[in-house]
Amino acid sequence: MRYGERTALDGLSLAVARHTITAVLGPNGAGKTTLLETCEGYRRPQAGSVRVLGLDPVRERQALLPRIGVMLQGGQAWSGVRAMEMLRHVASLHAHPLDVDELGDRLGLGDCGRTPYRRLSGGQQQRLGLAMALVGRPELVFVDEPTAGLDPAIRRTTWELLEQLRTDGATVVLTTHYMEEAERLADHVHVIDHGRLLASGSPLELTRGGSVSTIRVVVTRPFPPGAPESLRAALGDGTEVTLLDELSLVVTGPADASTLARVSRWCEHNDVVPESLSLGRRTLEDVFLTLTGRELVP
Amino acid sequence: MTLDLSPRPAAAPLPRQVLAHAGMEARLMLRNGEQLLIAVVIPVIVLVGGVRGADRLGLDYDHPVVDVFVPGVLALAVMSTAFTSLAIATGFERRYGVIKWLGASPLPRTGLLAGKVGALVLVETLQVVVVVGVGLALGWDPAGGWAGALLAVVLGTAAFSSLGLLVAGVLRAEATLAVANLVYLLLLAGGAVVLPASAYGGFGDLVRWLPSGALGEAMRDALVDGTVGWTHLLVLAGWAVVGAALTARTFRWE
Repeated sequence: MRYGERTALDGLSLAVARHTITAVLGPNGAGKTTLLETCEGYRRPQAGSVRVLGLDPVRERQALLPRIGVMLQGGQAWSGVRAMEMLRHVASLHAHPLDVDELGDRLGLGDCGRTPYRRLSGGQQQRLGLAMALVGRPELVFVDEPTAGLDPAIRRTTWELLEQLRTDGATVVLTTHYMEEAERLADHVHVIDHGRLLASGSPLELTRGGSVSTIRVVVTRPFPPGAPESLRAALGDGTEVTLLDELSLVVTGPADASTLARVSRWCEHNDVVPESLSLGRRTLEDVFLTLTGRELVP
Repeated sequence: MTLDLSPRPAAAPLPRQVLAHAGMEARLMLRNGEQLLIAVVIPVIVLVGGVRGADRLGLDYDHPVVDVFVPGVLALAVMSTAFTSLAIATGFERRYGVIKWLGASPLPRTGLLAGKVGALVLVETLQVVVVVGVGLALGWDPAGGWAGALLAVVLGTAAFSSLGLLVAGVLRAEATLAVANLVYLLLLAGGAVVLPASAYGGFGDLVRWLPSGALGEAMRDALVDGTVGWTHLLVLAGWAVVGAALTARTFRWE
């Protein structure tokens, strides 16, 4: 999938199982939105194939669209339309829509039901967007960054709703750059960057990785040049050292107490004064860092 | 937790979708103050002002001024809705992602277009009721020719709406707003909509070929003389074909 010279999706191949929540995780510009929009039939891939519910999303679009629910990033309603009026309109395009008032209440849209779209807060616009994706009772839902910028309470409400969708028999594909969202919600996580699939698996599979864990080193003065390479050499094969910034790095690998001791010795020899040395289980964030060499949320 | 989210997907029957969409777009159009201004207020002001101030404006025709003005103001009303309102509304629909989102809804593109046409018909009906009402109050005495007038409204709507979509589908929303209003003002003043083409002297032979002149003349042929102005109707059909072909080639949904 290319836009002019830029390649947005590159040889990316993945499958989504029914009745699951799948998270596509990646930093901004990784190709998450392009991936979703290709599944939604907005873009025709230059190479490769896409099947959604067994249908070609471009050629068989009219058969596919009533069966899926879509929440786009950014707005998707007229500036002058009232929140609940918009939801009611979308419901009228479907044969068996959800009860609009109940759905609105569930997403806390009751208070702003008569407010024009342009005066809704960003969070309210996002919740309306999610409601618009769900009101037609789709069997497959594509939600692009459903909770970006939402406050924690509303984020939890949204998560519960997405979990209930799975329980009730729908399939959810969401993009996110929030680790905790992927860890909490997803049955499967696909990590992508630069349009390539870097890793796939359940959150547990991705974070467990055998006996792999992490050691985080935070120092008071910047590391000397070449520190990651020298530390890696001191620790031996099977470990990865990633510099997070000039004052912290993370060691990934079969890290245990003896590794911790070796890190400490390396610090002493290299005149590095650690402020903290901590041993921890690998998080998705660490996985992501190791895979891409960059932080998820810049 | 009473909400049952189990899947039960299906599109509503297409006619129901189109009706719902037409109603929605018409409501939004009438709710918008500026659109209401050019749809109803300006045509009424032009009609009343033209008839009451005919002497001072030096307007002098073979027929009473109100008989000449009502067909022209009806043409103006069609132009304002089918061209200016439609272009501005569609431009901002593109900008706010509405059209893009509707592209992923069960409403097919033909249904979206049909809904827009339905909204135009609803708003134009309202405009005709208001303009005809004010015209009758001012003593308008139509010459019949309703079939010709209806044909002119239909073809005029087709011509202007295809041109409105052309502008909205290519330019950014702000540029569409500016162009749609500017073209409206220019055609109102110099496009032989309200005033007959004959009022423009030699220039009148040119403006007859504009969609504004063709619509205005066709309306006057029908309602002033009771005849069908086939040449003008053909000109409108030509503009509709050209506008639709160009729109189909250039319209960008995002």
